[in-house]
Amino acid sequence: MTSSASFLSKLNGRIKFLIFMLGLYVIIALFNPALTINALNYFIVILAKIMPILGLVFIILFGTNLFLNPEKIRKHLGTDSGLRGWFYAIIDGIIISGPPYVLYPMLGELKNHGARNALIATILYNRNVKIHFVPAMIYYFGIRYTIVLSVYILLFSLLNGKLVELLVDE
Amino acid sequence: MKKAFLQTINLFKTLLPMLCGVLLLVSLMHQLFQNQYRNWFTGNYLLDPLIGAVAGSISFGIPITSYITGGELLQAGVSLLAVTAFIMTWTTVGLVMIPLEATALGRRFAVIRNLLNFIFGLLVAIATVYTLELLS
Repeated sequence: MTSSASFLSKLNGRIKFLIFMLGLYVIIALFNPALTINALNYFIVILAKIMPILGLVFIILFGTNLFLNPEKIRKHLGTDSGLRGWFYAIIDGIIISGPPYVLYPMLGELKNHGARNALIATILYNRNVKIHFVPAMIYYFGIRYTIVLSVYILLFSLLNGKLVELLVDE
Repeated sequence: MKKAFLQTINLFKTLLPMLCGVLLLVSLMHQLFQNQYRNWFTGNYLLDPLIGAVAGSISFGIPITSYITGGELLQAGVSLLAVTAFIMTWTTVGLVMIPLEATALGRRFAVIRNLLNFIFGLLVAIATVYTLELLS
């Protein structure tokens, strides 16, 4: 018992979280096996879907580590990027497509290379404005709603970025 | 090139256990909450936006799914304010993704960003609906 506790304490938080989730599935399986099987099936479906994307992410991250040096990142998304940095962040947020588990590692690498917290937060906020989903939004909510909401998202993304940086960096 | 390759491998080794854990959590939440949204709303004009924001925060998927769900909620009589809060937090707040976000971008960043985005989701919803009312 003591040795297993000591083994667990040596593991990092990420492994502990995975073990916790597996344990949760085992406990739920005891009470509701059908729910557990459905959840596991869904997990396998998502995992199969994201495998090719993860391959692509690996290539992009490899390319980032290979070609983008901290100086270049700092120039475009760093503290000295000025207004241009905010512009890039908004455009990046709108253009970048993909689920968060794909984006976070890439943005994490940009941060490690010197990108500002404010601009990373702005990129993440502008994920809500997606050009290719605009027709769907217009279909469900109308063109006026889509325009007004998109403008507010752009404006609030700047405020959000500024506040995140202020609170994270303090 | 070897250094860049090893850096990327190390990054993946760090992220994969967390990614699997988060996906297990997402799969479980999906089973528990799918098609349940309509039952969560009360019809209360003040409470529903908050419920919408919470529902969006714990949900997961591409933005278009939130539009479809939001459209169905509107048809079911849920207020535009609540639906907009739901759509906003769907993409900008990721409660189940916080562990992964914290691994990649730092715990403080992840917590502060998600908290702010939750509040901003409500503010954007209020601003949008009132602007639309003014315009009409």
